[in-house]
Amino acid sequence: MKRLIIGSWKWLDDRLGVSHLIAPAAKHLVPHDARWWYVFGSATLLAFIVQVVTGVALSFSYVSSASQAYETLQFITNQAPFGRFLRGMHYFGASAMVLMVGAHMAQTFLFGSYKYPREMNWTTGVLLLGFTLVMGFTGQLLRWDQTATWSVVVAAEQAGRVPLIGNWLAQFILGGTIIGGATLSRFFAIHVFLMPAFIFLFIGLHLRLVLRHGISEPPVDGKKVNPATYRAEYEDLLRKTGRPFWPDGAWRDFVFGTAMIVAIALLAYVVGPPRLDKPPDPSVLNADPRPDWYLLWYFAVLALIPPKIEGYVMVLAPAVIGILLLAAPLLNNRGERAPSRRPWSIAVVLLSVIMIGSLWIEGARSPWSPNFDPPPLPVRVVGADSGPIFTGAKLFRDKGCLNCHLIDGYGGRRGPELSYVGDKLSQSDIIIRILNGGVNMPAFGKTLMPEELAQITAFIQSRKRSPSAISGTNLGSRER
Amino acid sequence: MNEATTDRPAPERPLTPEELTRRGFLEKLCLGLGGLCAAILGIPLVGFVIAPLFRRTAGQWVSIGNITDFEIGKTVKVTLVDPSPLPWAGITARSAVWLRRAGAEEFIAFSVNCTHLGCPVRWLPEADLFMCPCHGGVYYADGMVAAGPPPKPLIRYEARTAGGRVEIKTMAIPITTTL
Repeated sequence: MKRLIIGSWKWLDDRLGVSHLIAPAAKHLVPHDARWWYVFGSATLLAFIVQVVTGVALSFSYVSSASQAYETLQFITNQAPFGRFLRGMHYFGASAMVLMVGAHMAQTFLFGSYKYPREMNWTTGVLLLGFTLVMGFTGQLLRWDQTATWSVVVAAEQAGRVPLIGNWLAQFILGGTIIGGATLSRFFAIHVFLMPAFIFLFIGLHLRLVLRHGISEPPVDGKKVNPATYRAEYEDLLRKTGRPFWPDGAWRDFVFGTAMIVAIALLAYVVGPPRLDKPPDPSVLNADPRPDWYLLWYFAVLALIPPKIEGYVMVLAPAVIGILLLAAPLLNNRGERAPSRRPWSIAVVLLSVIMIGSLWIEGARSPWSPNFDPPPLPVRVVGADSGPIFTGAKLFRDKGCLNCHLIDGYGGRRGPELSYVGDKLSQSDIIIRILNGGVNMPAFGKTLMPEELAQITAFIQSRKRSPSAISGTNLGSRER
Repeated sequence: MNEATTDRPAPERPLTPEELTRRGFLEKLCLGLGGLCAAILGIPLVGFVIAPLFRRTAGQWVSIGNITDFEIGKTVKVTLVDPSPLPWAGITARSAVWLRRAGAEEFIAFSVNCTHLGCPVRWLPEADLFMCPCHGGVYYADGMVAAGPPPKPLIRYEARTAGGRVEIKTMAIPITTTL
């Protein structure tokens, strides 16, 4: 039996040439000290394979129709066997792919692996990063819930800022001039056919380049890249100390990749897929669209850039960052590779991580967004249960002040916290600010009656550290 | 391991001028036919995909209710349905406007899209303000910017009264172009 199987395999292998195709790649020599730092590229590839497998499975039930996609997602999530798990795998697989591609890029940059002769390895990798982010964004839209439909509008608005062709780009994204039947199918085609085709193509090219130029050896202090001698030195290194990729190098990729898939599966099982928002009805305006976590930092950028330059930032910043990333190896493709001799490379990676991390935290907090449904201030916070302070507190909420200002933990964070503003501003300061508005604050001069103004002012003035300073009728004790 | 960088086999003998000419012709023929095939496939593909850029849908007047349905000085949400939706649009064919009855016969219809990045603004009736949930844009009751990043006031739909009914003219989602 064993002989029959072996004989059959040899016959097939001879006719198909499988070993002939795979053996050179599997057995190609890699530097003996290319160890755990080198697992992120294969992990990215593995995460992409997870996406393909789970995506194909989901497509068996998903209907890319504007009127039915939401219902099919509910079916997949709540009724189909393994549907919830597969959606979770697809979501956390996407997260893993974004994380791994980022880690792979940071490692490549820190090790100077983008230098001669691997410039195009880097460039194709940058394009793969871009495709990955497009996949992430379009994937979120295929959820086709309320957040998705409004996110399409936000994307169209951003595209609209591109000079000259902005309106065309916006219409291209919407599939017309409004959200409608044509919108979802465009994103489905981009997410399921177009981008994966590009990713397959560029992964093929990227791997071809990895084989062509070899895996870069870990950098050594003082050992510079000289294009005139590098290839010969690398060949010599492999001849003396190289190890076959299979299995000497590959086992770490398999261990790390397995750990990643187990983590994805655990998260999919325990946490589950992202919650479906309300149905995609553009006439329902109680919406709070937010991007998935990997683009939350950009959501923060859009809120924090000064309005006067935001048009330029929206268009030019991605273009400049893209060009810089693509051109990086062409600008600096020789010399030192060791991060210890290139401290600026460490600074660039650290600054990028800190910047994106800080923006991500701000995006998650979104302090610039009003709190649309703040609970009424309790009497213990107001410090009165009747009189002008009490009425002023009620008006403070009714007139929208509490949507943006925080008082003792209640309200929004759009404007400054006013818990102790009575210690800082006089009565006239408060009145002037209310009537005329201020930076990022509407003027209420035309909408408040004089007695309303007096009551709100009384309430705001009473926001002091010392309860004894509160003046009003029927004071309660103001808890801190 | 590096691979050989050249794929072209060395010719065994010098090519004759006839062969060079014939090969040159065949190369050009193959490339030309390849280009023709790409055009046959590509032109309809590109045309089909970018067709929405050239599809002009003229705004249509749609009736949204009796004049008496709306109270003077009040702003309310009115739901519209795309007059000519694709059959599979479902509930995505719906949209909304904020309608303000400013006088006996005067109506102002605001787009619900924030002029910053298009998120849906909400009306706070007691505060007389529109607020945007995304990046904190705030507008006064007349649509003028009160705070936050919006670069311009809320876009207005054309609105009119006819035969005791209020009508507004549908339009595209307003796209802010600042450059």
